[in-house]
Amino acid sequence: MLTLGSLSTTDFRKRLLAGLSLRVGPFRYQLRSDLPRVADGLAKMYADFPFDGGGGFHDFHARVGSVAGFRRWLRPQVNFWWDAHQPFKPLPASQAYALLEWGMNWCIASQAHHYLLLHAAVLECNDRCVILPGDPGAGKSTLTAALMLSGWRLLSDELTVVDRDDGSIEPLARPVSLKNESIDVIRAFDSRAVFGETARDTHKGTVSHLKPTQESVAGVGKRGQPAHIVFPRWQRGAETKLSARPKADAFMHLANHAFNYSLLGRLGFELCANLVDRCDCWDFNYSRLEEALRSFEQLVA
Amino acid sequence: MTPNWDRLLLALREPQAMTGFDAATWDLVVRQATAAGLLGRLGALAGRSGVRSQLPTAVWRHMQAMLAVAEQQQRAVQWELVQLARDLADLDGPVVLLKGAAYAAASLPPAAGRLFSDIDLLVPRAQLDAAEAALMLGGWVGSHHSAYDQRYYRRWMHELPPMTHIRRRTVLDLHHNLLPTSARLKTPPEPIFAAAKPLAQFPRFSIPDALDQVLHSATHLFHEGEWEHGLRDLVDLDALLRAGAVEADYWDRLLARAEQLNLGKPLFYGLRYCSQLLETPVPEAVIVYCSGRPSAVATRLMDGLFVPAFATAHPTCRVRLSGIAAFGLYVRSHWLRMPLRLLLPHLTYKAWAGATEGLRESSAGGNNRRQGSRASIG
Repeated sequence: MLTLGSLSTTDFRKRLLAGLSLRVGPFRYQLRSDLPRVADGLAKMYADFPFDGGGGFHDFHARVGSVAGFRRWLRPQVNFWWDAHQPFKPLPASQAYALLEWGMNWCIASQAHHYLLLHAAVLECNDRCVILPGDPGAGKSTLTAALMLSGWRLLSDELTVVDRDDGSIEPLARPVSLKNESIDVIRAFDSRAVFGETARDTHKGTVSHLKPTQESVAGVGKRGQPAHIVFPRWQRGAETKLSARPKADAFMHLANHAFNYSLLGRLGFELCANLVDRCDCWDFNYSRLEEALRSFEQLVA
Repeated sequence: MTPNWDRLLLALREPQAMTGFDAATWDLVVRQATAAGLLGRLGALAGRSGVRSQLPTAVWRHMQAMLAVAEQQQRAVQWELVQLARDLADLDGPVVLLKGAAYAAASLPPAAGRLFSDIDLLVPRAQLDAAEAALMLGGWVGSHHSAYDQRYYRRWMHELPPMTHIRRRTVLDLHHNLLPTSARLKTPPEPIFAAAKPLAQFPRFSIPDALDQVLHSATHLFHEGEWEHGLRDLVDLDALLRAGAVEADYWDRLLARAEQLNLGKPLFYGLRYCSQLLETPVPEAVIVYCSGRPSAVATRLMDGLFVPAFATAHPTCRVRLSGIAAFGLYVRSHWLRMPLRLLLPHLTYKAWAGATEGLRESSAGGNNRRQGSRASIG
């Protein structure tokens, strides 16, 4: 199979300029950018994704480009376009790749209401998925990166996409977004980890994306079955502790982490309830990554 | 020069035709329909005409998503009406729902898959102050606080400055007529109140008679200065007309009512572009005998403005003139709204106020220009 990684740098940039089709699980993007930084980031992060000849229907037309005017020369800025709209304020040019990833998340979170959309990571081992709804700073992405690098299949880091008919989970296998100290923690955890460019001083601090493993990308056609919902909490010096969380309480937290719980009305309630019903729900405190991984392995043993 | 939107119009007219669209066509039509606020409408049409199982899965998913948004908005409106009925319980006289709120509350033909942004209420002028006071007690807060804007709305407009609910953030427009007091075209509101019918489900509220719904929809469309929703509003009008046309003497009654309310001219444009773009089955004679029909020259001129303006929603269907046409219609909307002796001082004041506000903002480092420029639309 021809992958995006097999294209030469020039060829990749040329295709991105004209519109590059990228299938990510159930969604197909048409991405455009004239920025080398964006092209190189995409080529590196999505190297294992299949090459798509373009044409046909795209779910989202997205573009990252320079903001016109004098800004081109003085502290250049970039912006994100969803079709003809600009949902965000411009950002410094050094954050162009991160902006594309955020924009791609935004497309799904704001449009794909034919799914229940949770702000949660989801990974799979032994055909059982673990959903990790995360408050900022809870250590969700660090855990996600470490699990993926330990052989778990990554379905998604930011967005858990739940099918409205059977409650299964659609994989996206897009890069994991790591922030601040977690970047060094994961570099130290596994020297094979492939990172994109580091964007500093973003609204989330320092951000760098971690390339999804080849196995995760290869599994993108296979939906996952949810088995556990784990609410992680990283705390300096904390003992590793997994404790059952009452389901009613887990439901309320899960609904809080959904992008479109109230928009979907009754269906949103039913999908959340169904998910909590079929999963075991846990609180998870940790500070030591190795111990955390062992707890997760026991969960899906 | 015709806009590149014939597939979108075809889908709106003949939903069955959607089964023949290829993937590249959908790539364009879904974007155009989304930008025009009509994707939910296409979804409703696909469901009703039984073709949805023949649409590509990815396309139907987008329609389904938009239908979910539309349903949520309709639920939100119903809930808002429950709250508003409480706020307005002690008010004398009728409270008439207009446009989106009326369509949603009474499940009228345009409601299926329709998105909307605010709630429009119509009360008799004599009740306006009491209604405003009752709404304020219920938590609705006015906008446009400058003395000038207040005077502008209260003296010349057909509505108060938009009100926003302090907690629910819903936006409400309180009207006392269909057209501004200062407008060239005058229409009496009394017959609309007289013909309005109370809703069984929300007895505090009424909806206008079916003919008046058509006339208001057309009047709103052809007096507005903003065209992003132009095609969507035309689709509303088409749905109302098609539903009404099955009744006996419909067209005669519509023409007579338009004459009585002095709204023949907007009706003429509504009928003309509905039949031109959406092939609404309007008998030729009805358009010819419409009471406010402008001259052939004026009609040709307006064609050159309205048709490109309907196509402003998405860059792929915009034609070279769309921007100019939309601007021309924006100017026209002001021209229709008030005579020059009022309009010129108004625009001068707004330009001056806008410039000084811009200066104040840039010295304060604020980034609120968009709101500043919106105020001039008033």
